[in-house]
Amino acid sequence: MNTTQQSNEVYSENGIVYPSKVMLDLAKLKKVYPTPKGDYVVLEDLNLQILKEEFVTIIGHSGCGKTTMLSMIAGLNPISGGNISVLGNPVKGPGPDRGVIFQSPSLMPWMTALQNVLLGVNQVFPHATKGQRQDIAKYYLHKVGLEDAFHKKASELSQGMQQRVGIARAFAIKPKVLLLDEPFGMLDSLTRGELQDILIEIWNKEKITAVMITHDVDEAIFLADRVVMMTSGPKAKIGDILSIDFERPRTRKSVLENDDYYTYRKHLIDFLEH
Amino acid sequence: MEQEMVLKKEKSMSTNFKQILAKLTPSIKKDGIMKSLKNTGITLLSILLFLGLWHMGSKALYNKEADYKIEKALTERGEEAAAAERACIASGDSSCQPNTLPSPSQVWASLKSLVADHHVISADKAAFAEKMAATNEKMIAAGKDPIVYTGRASFIDIVLTSIKTVFAGFLLALLIAVPIGIIIGLSPSLRSAFNWFIQIFKPVSPVVWYLLVFMIVKTLYIGDSSDNAFVISFISVGFCAMWATLVNTAMGVASVDKDYINVAKVLKLGTFQKVFKVILPSSLPLIFTGLRITLSVAWMVLIAIELLAQSQGLGLFVWEEFQNGANDSNAKIIVAMFVIGIIGFLLDRLMLAVQNMVSFNKNEMA
Repeated sequence: MNTTQQSNEVYSENGIVYPSKVMLDLAKLKKVYPTPKGDYVVLEDLNLQILKEEFVTIIGHSGCGKTTMLSMIAGLNPISGGNISVLGNPVKGPGPDRGVIFQSPSLMPWMTALQNVLLGVNQVFPHATKGQRQDIAKYYLHKVGLEDAFHKKASELSQGMQQRVGIARAFAIKPKVLLLDEPFGMLDSLTRGELQDILIEIWNKEKITAVMITHDVDEAIFLADRVVMMTSGPKAKIGDILSIDFERPRTRKSVLENDDYYTYRKHLIDFLEH
Repeated sequence: MEQEMVLKKEKSMSTNFKQILAKLTPSIKKDGIMKSLKNTGITLLSILLFLGLWHMGSKALYNKEADYKIEKALTERGEEAAAAERACIASGDSSCQPNTLPSPSQVWASLKSLVADHHVISADKAAFAEKMAATNEKMIAAGKDPIVYTGRASFIDIVLTSIKTVFAGFLLALLIAVPIGIIIGLSPSLRSAFNWFIQIFKPVSPVVWYLLVFMIVKTLYIGDSSDNAFVISFISVGFCAMWATLVNTAMGVASVDKDYINVAKVLKLGTFQKVFKVILPSSLPLIFTGLRITLSVAWMVLIAIELLAQSQGLGLFVWEEFQNGANDSNAKIIVAMFVIGIIGFLLDRLMLAVQNMVSFNKNEMA
């Protein structure tokens, strides 16, 4: 096993000893799509370790396999080779320990905002009382600023508000890992900024390990502890990793005023342009 | 003069009808009163034009038929007979009227006579029930079947029988097609297993369905003297009409947005929850589109099937009037035609309203 992250504390499960701080471990990950012209290798020999309570953003060119990687972590896409483990347990399929915020809000349009969040909450907390589950759902809807829209149908909400429900739904099931697939890609820049603030505010409180795909360099720096850059496909792998050493909690203003910001930005843009 | 009166009446009736329609159509955008007035005007004008053309057409056909009759009398029986025939036609005597496409006023008169006839029959029925009340009470007390009115059915009764049949058939189609559609929609292998069956039976004509149902029901009802025309006709209607719902339900269930399925997978919803909370609600709009087609098909094939099954509905009414060949038979057939058309239209509006109610994506609806 890859043990680059040395640690004195150890976490053991199923008799295997793991470095304690690692939440998500991708080892020699491979994805192959068979095509009539032969196999198309999307990802090959991809190694990445993500620590507990870490926020990682993934940046790379379109079609390099970022979404493929994320959906493999989510368990929605089968693994062709290598393995993925969460706290040492190999991923065998989708599950609520890995919450996903999709690019499109993917709410059930016939349900209200509250019902959409409850759909997950009911599943994850089957032994809680109805009132407790309602409270959890309402708490997170409140957190994303939708306290006035509990009973609005999802189809009546704007794209931005729908994605807020998406965020509430993902946090409300208390996942170990949060996977975000370009969640703000379809929004205008003003709404995007608002939602980034909401996301980071909840995250500061919950500290759920987060992996987020983005195309937006500024978003990547603002949100992340580390920015992972992926090489272009086919056979994409990790190209470079940039640690963002800004203190948390961050504000947009303090980040923009920091001189390192422009160094980070240049580093990322240089990577993407080559 | 009388003609004008009739036209006026029809005009006022059509405006009433439009008002009812406006109530049934939920989403008429208020682009200003002028526009809707203009639209109403155009509709009225087209109705008048239609009535005018119909009137002229029937007049021309009437004259042609009258000329032919006189000509025939002349060649076969001589001039005297021809003159008598001419006088007879001119006098309006029902024994020698040309039998052709009836004019709008004749149809209107027929409608009135059918309604009057309904009142007569209803009064008859009420009188009969009153007369039999005491006797029937005794018969029920003695454990026997009460004596029921077995006289001629009125036009309104006939229409009601047809509506009853079509709804029974529709319900049958719904109960068969929706569950099967869901099951085959969920499983690709069942879908391919059922596909040949659907493809082969979908285009089968209502007449053949009737014969098939007749073969089965006749055997099942052996020794039972009760009238099974109703049963045969509604089952045939159901079988004929259910295919659109079956195909649409299967398609709706099979083509649920992949995002919703992914959400269900991530949340690890059980099969029951997945079907009832995600798959079914998301395919409801397509299911209801199917049901709407099913209802309109059911109403369309009903006429043919009632005719074959000798069920006391509009189909049989039309056929009997045609066979009857009485002076106002043709006009009654046209009345039935309009009634069939209008009811079909109203049924479609009803389904559209239900469909709009269950559709969650309002802007996707046409």
